[in-house]
Amino acid sequence: MLQIPCPWCGPRAEDDFICGTEADRKRPKDPSALSDAEWADYVFNHDNIKGNTGEQWWHFRGCGRWFVIERDTVTHEITPIEGGGMK
Amino acid sequence: MSGQFRLADGGRIDRSRPINFRFNGKQYQGFEGDTLASALMAHGVRVLARSFKYHRPRGTMSAGIEETNALVQLVGDEDEPNVPATIVKLREGLEAESVNCWPSVNFDLAAINERLWRLFPAGFYYKTFMWPASMWHFYEHFIRHMAGMGRSPKTYNADDHYEKRFHSCDVMVVGAGPAGLAAALAAGRSGARVLLVDDQREAGGDLLNTATEIDGKDAMSWVAESVAELAEMEEVIHLQNATGAGYYDHNFLTVVERGPSHGWIRERMWKVRAKEVVLATGSIERPMVFTNNDRPGVMLAGAARTFARRYGVKPGRRAVIMTNNSDAYDSAFSLADAGVDVAAIVDIRESVPETVAAKAAALGIEVISGHGIVDVDGKKSVSGVAIAPLSDPSQVRRISCDLVCTSGGWSPSIHLFSQSGAKPKWDADQLCFIPGESVQSERSTGSACGRFALHDCIGEGFAAGAEAARDSGHKAEAPNAPVTSATEPLAIEALWEVPSGRRGTRAFVDFQNDVTTGDLRLAVSEGYQSVEHVKRYTTAGMGVDQGKTGNINVIGILAQNYGLEPPEVGTTTFRPPYSPISFGVMAGIDQGQLIIPSRRTPMSDWHEKEGGFMNEAGLQYRRPLYYTKNSETIAEASRREAKTVRTSVGMYDGSPLGKIELNGPDVVKLLNMVYANSFDTLKIGMGRYGMMLHEDGRMLDDGITFRLGEEHYLMSTGSGAADSIYAHVVRMLQCEWPEWKIYATPVTAQWAGMCICGPRARDVLVKLGTDIDLDPETFKFMGIAEGTIGGFPTRIMRATYTGELSFEVNVPARHGQAVWKAIMEAGREWGITPVGGEANGILRVEKGFIAPGVEGDGTTNLFDAAHGWAFHQKKKDFIGKRSVDRDRRIGGPRKELVGLLPDDSTFVPPDGSPIIEGGTNGAAPVMVGHVTAGTFSPNLERSLTLALLMEGHSRKGEKVTISLADRTAVATVTDPIFIDPSGERMRS
Repeated sequence: MLQIPCPWCGPRAEDDFICGTEADRKRPKDPSALSDAEWADYVFNHDNIKGNTGEQWWHFRGCGRWFVIERDTVTHEITPIEGGGMK
Repeated sequence: MSGQFRLADGGRIDRSRPINFRFNGKQYQGFEGDTLASALMAHGVRVLARSFKYHRPRGTMSAGIEETNALVQLVGDEDEPNVPATIVKLREGLEAESVNCWPSVNFDLAAINERLWRLFPAGFYYKTFMWPASMWHFYEHFIRHMAGMGRSPKTYNADDHYEKRFHSCDVMVVGAGPAGLAAALAAGRSGARVLLVDDQREAGGDLLNTATEIDGKDAMSWVAESVAELAEMEEVIHLQNATGAGYYDHNFLTVVERGPSHGWIRERMWKVRAKEVVLATGSIERPMVFTNNDRPGVMLAGAARTFARRYGVKPGRRAVIMTNNSDAYDSAFSLADAGVDVAAIVDIRESVPETVAAKAAALGIEVISGHGIVDVDGKKSVSGVAIAPLSDPSQVRRISCDLVCTSGGWSPSIHLFSQSGAKPKWDADQLCFIPGESVQSERSTGSACGRFALHDCIGEGFAAGAEAARDSGHKAEAPNAPVTSATEPLAIEALWEVPSGRRGTRAFVDFQNDVTTGDLRLAVSEGYQSVEHVKRYTTAGMGVDQGKTGNINVIGILAQNYGLEPPEVGTTTFRPPYSPISFGVMAGIDQGQLIIPSRRTPMSDWHEKEGGFMNEAGLQYRRPLYYTKNSETIAEASRREAKTVRTSVGMYDGSPLGKIELNGPDVVKLLNMVYANSFDTLKIGMGRYGMMLHEDGRMLDDGITFRLGEEHYLMSTGSGAADSIYAHVVRMLQCEWPEWKIYATPVTAQWAGMCICGPRARDVLVKLGTDIDLDPETFKFMGIAEGTIGGFPTRIMRATYTGELSFEVNVPARHGQAVWKAIMEAGREWGITPVGGEANGILRVEKGFIAPGVEGDGTTNLFDAAHGWAFHQKKKDFIGKRSVDRDRRIGGPRKELVGLLPDDSTFVPPDGSPIIEGGTNGAAPVMVGHVTAGTFSPNLERSLTLALLMEGHSRKGEKVTISLADRTAVATVTDPIFIDPSGERMRS
């Protein structure tokens, strides 16, 4: 039961949230310009980092906002990001 | 009546309060404060159980949760299997039985296993019962009966309540022995919020079991004063009978509290988030390993001391102590104090420390150094031991006794520490694993970190508590430790097993699973190198006791066999819970109806009262599947409802349909991005069907989005998708296109939705009375209008899932039931019928209306599903476009949506039936599609299905073969729409 720090509500139990995707995952601006291989890589492949990685979380049982934290996938140490980290 | 082994005085029992109980059908008496084990021991009952595999007689070997032999079945109203007798609190009327024996524990037929022991080494079931393979099911029947211990409760006790409680605190202290009490005092005095938990009946830890002094008085006085001081602190919660069960991430711990509220709450789970944790979990003694060390009457030295001092019971009359350390001498002296004749202390150490040697001599106890026990006499009760010098096991000397007390050292309870994610390290001086570096905000104190001297436990306990309080933001100081009686240094020497000097002997390392040193050697010789593999192959440490007394001995013996040191062998992974916990406390109040709380609509009451058969229908909604009249079958009821809809009028409850309000200047940009079709030209007062895709091109959801105003839209989603589509929209708005000015508000539960459908639908609305202009020229198909109906505010949409003239009446949820009833009343003259989910299924199949999750699998795109018209190629980009473009560019044969008309028009193929080709001349048939949804149509009076079929769009008119369980059926391929293909009825 992780404790996730919502940038607006404060620290809450993990089941207040839904985990989204890698922090830097962004839909390509022009999918038609990508090759099939590049497009498939975006749709199907996700990074699975061992160690510190950025993640998007959704506080769906609270304020309803998406934000980014850094989490070490081995130790679960969490580093909050000033202002929530969404670009 | 209290038993011939009961001491006249002493102990934490109350001899003025006798308690009657039954064991294996026989009546006994004990006292308030006894456990089942101590009360039986007082009566000289030695054989409490039969071992798992060999069915050897076994007796109590410990005094606590680490008990590995004496597991009992509690019967009566507290039906519970495999409870250690050493923790069963004696209460009036308690009834318990032995497990794993038949007909009785004293005469057990399965003891034949003991004679055949050479056939049952570790892993025997991988090597036997293999041939012939066909006989396995025969063997399995017997193996199942022999395996396992105890019986699961057969009745559900509705009076047993379990609950859970959340708790946050500054400092959590696990263990209320001297170190834990000290830590709680120091933290509590600082004003920190403290939770102190301890699994015993009362605080004191090992002080309850030993004769020690603090500040010149009996140590229990110090305990009582400490407990009283803690009770006065407002910010301190102190729980006894509460086990620290698990340590999880970010200082989240669980505590299982037994019997917090007698007769009401049977168990309570605390879910604790602590800023700081102090682990004062103590240590557990381990036995020495020698031949026949499992006999009734062989027990841990500290346990013997506990029974004498804490429970006022002599564990036997004449004792031999077997040890590799000095703490066992204190146990010997306690037994002598209690009137036990201590015949000898057999010490494996060549030279015994002077202090304890002198004291033994003063008491007339013979100390035999450099020796070990090489055998134990007696099967159902110890009658003597054979000892020999370690240098020459053949030089045997026998000593008669009825009690053997062994001590192989003490193992700090590092379970919670390890569960926190940190690694233990080996203390080579004290031969035990102790906590290594913390990875969470915790620290261990007392014997839990290998500090066995009482003065150190209290002093360091104070320090740990003060540090925890400071780290949680309070000013705290550690007082000096009081004066205590001295603790003899352990001076332990390693001897992981006593060589017996003979062949064919067995020495046990895991009593509960009957694992011997021979099994460990077998595992090593068969090539198992990892301690995790040895554990699983031999099952050592896998019993109810989780190896609390056995695991370190296993590691020591493996180390010897591999030529390594114990830390190089390592420990197996510690997993919560620390000791077994009930399913009840894990469920808490989430039992029965509350396991899956169901969602209701504003009309659910009406459906239930009017004969609706309520069914789990997605997203935890319970919806009416059909309504029975005059004991109809489900088929009769649903066909009647479906026919009435097409011939007159019906109404179904569509409240679960997802609804999302979208407001703002950029709404159309969102709609164009999430849907395959375009929404640029949608006029105010109209709706448009939208098909939403996944990024990989598969169908995600479909629904109609209506335009209510300049910048005001209402999106609808599939009933099961209301939550997930809202989440999808939120994610798009916040993460991908935060620059769009759009508010999205889920309003699914705010509206009651009821769909009146059928040729008479408009007539019903007219009769009900509405200020909305119902002229078909004004209120067109797919239009939306706002106004009142029967006096209630309403939005009405001309949308349908039945293909008939339909009006979806939405009113604020609180008016739902009233409007539904009014519509049923108004429609009576046309025979209006309520319509359930089954009938809806018939109606949608007749019209070929797809359900994206049913008429599509992981390969289906919207063109395959005959919805290519919804794909607006001219849009530059929308979610799913890139993948569907690729599908179409690559081309090739695809599974496509078709209709099937079975040759036998009364036969409905089951959903999912494969469509096959080939399969003649011995070749296996190939699957070329499957039935997605089939039904018997009361409107066409024949069976029909929707199906996905390879290249189906170009196979209309052909015949195909459907594969069934026991035969095949033939059907003709058609368009996937059977009634009113031009849609005249719904546009009327």
